[in-house]
Amino acid sequence: MSAVSAAPTVRQVTVLRIVIIAVVLAIWEAVSASGLLFRDVVPSLVAIGKSIGGLLAGAEFYGNLGITATEIGIGLLIGGVSGLAIGIALGANRFLSHAYEALIYYLGPTPKIIFFPVMIMWFGVGTGSKIAMGVVSCFFPIAISAASGMRQIDRVLIRVGRSFRATTWQMVTTIYLPAMRQPIVNGVRLGLGVAVIGTLLAETKLSNRGIGYLIIQAYARFDMPRMYALLIVLFVVAIAANALIGRLGRPRHP
Amino acid sequence: MVAPWARSQAGARLFGIASLVAAIALIESLIRVGVINRFIVPLPSQIIAALPRIISEENVLHRFWQTTQELLWASLLLAVVGIALGALLYRFRILRLACETWVGALAAAPIVLAYPLFLVLFGRSATTIVAIGFAAGLAPVILKTVEGLAATRHVLINVGRSFRLSPAQQFWKILLPSALPSVFVGLRLGLIFAMINIVGVEFLINFGGLGQLINELAERYDLPGTYGAICFVILTSIVFFDVTQRLERWLTPAA
Repeated sequence: MSAVSAAPTVRQVTVLRIVIIAVVLAIWEAVSASGLLFRDVVPSLVAIGKSIGGLLAGAEFYGNLGITATEIGIGLLIGGVSGLAIGIALGANRFLSHAYEALIYYLGPTPKIIFFPVMIMWFGVGTGSKIAMGVVSCFFPIAISAASGMRQIDRVLIRVGRSFRATTWQMVTTIYLPAMRQPIVNGVRLGLGVAVIGTLLAETKLSNRGIGYLIIQAYARFDMPRMYALLIVLFVVAIAANALIGRLGRPRHP
Repeated sequence: MVAPWARSQAGARLFGIASLVAAIALIESLIRVGVINRFIVPLPSQIIAALPRIISEENVLHRFWQTTQELLWASLLLAVVGIALGALLYRFRILRLACETWVGALAAAPIVLAYPLFLVLFGRSATTIVAIGFAAGLAPVILKTVEGLAATRHVLINVGRSFRLSPAQQFWKILLPSALPSVFVGLRLGLIFAMINIVGVEFLINFGGLGQLINELAERYDLPGTYGAICFVILTSIVFFDVTQRLERWLTPAA
């Protein structure tokens, strides 16, 4: 078994993609029409399409999207800046790295949603606890990426900065951050992904606004086309945001 | 001048632990003098004292076993389906070109947010939790399997051909062993994603093992218990993360 066939053309790949999508949609529609599953568990594509249209045409969705985006944005800003600062400190100082990096490294992969009861006690049931969930979620990947990026910086650049007697702030803004662009963007990408998850899961658990709230409301009312519509729109937005940040991190060639 | 103890790795680690203990002691005193509200943050000593109570009264070992079982099922599905799909994408290049970006997008999609959908499909049961764990961990297993298989040295493939191995023999005797280091990296990532999502969904749907424990204690407003249970889950995650890391190193000595 080996992949030895001649390289497929772009057209062949595009055709295959269209075929796969068409087959999946046809199976979906057939299951929906067959009644094999409980009614509305797999709604028809038309119903989902109508629901997406209704969702995007109404003001309610944008209002809640704005709330969720604000929570994620503030969470990413606080978690990102603090993660970056801690990461740079750990990457620059071997003693601090040995003392504390293991803590961040091991706390990183823990399920952050379990901190939500604590965040509710600290910041209340409103927006504060959701922002806090965003902060807790995105802090770790950004700190770990920044620490690792810091260690990958060419030592020559650092020596050049020191020979010019650059201040710490100048070193950070003119040497460290530009040299760490790729790892920072990767960290922010990961951070954004987990901040979206942390914030929205918190909204589904306890909230009265935001996209997470809309999803759990659709579930509670068993409005399946709306739930599918919300999830599809959300996935598209999340993947697009991830791709956009990834594009920012690509090196620019003149 | 840096002190000799500060230059050593062990000295730095000791300092890290000591400063952590000092921070906990500071929090304890701030709560005792009333600077921090004890109805929001319980005394660290109370949290430590609550641990034996949680273990005995809240059936922690049974809950731990429930979460472990869910994780084992998800792992089994991940290994079988993930590696099989990875091999399929490798075998048919056109399929790989058509689908690899989709699998990459799946890795970036916040799948766990679809948990209400899984609830509708599978009910409030362990199946829902396992299904989400599996879905969340699938993409890295597929991607890393394809990467590992594609990186097989052509010399090895040619040796297989010269021995006239069948496609199945070529896969089991040459491609898979060669791709194992990469496959294990994918499996470890998949398992970590699965574990995070399994505990998270247990908490969200108030069902299952360790995640449910935190939810129950928080709803009872048992503050030391809630904090203690969170510490227990963190400890479990750390042990799991460390074990998978060591296992990966042990299984892939050449990596």
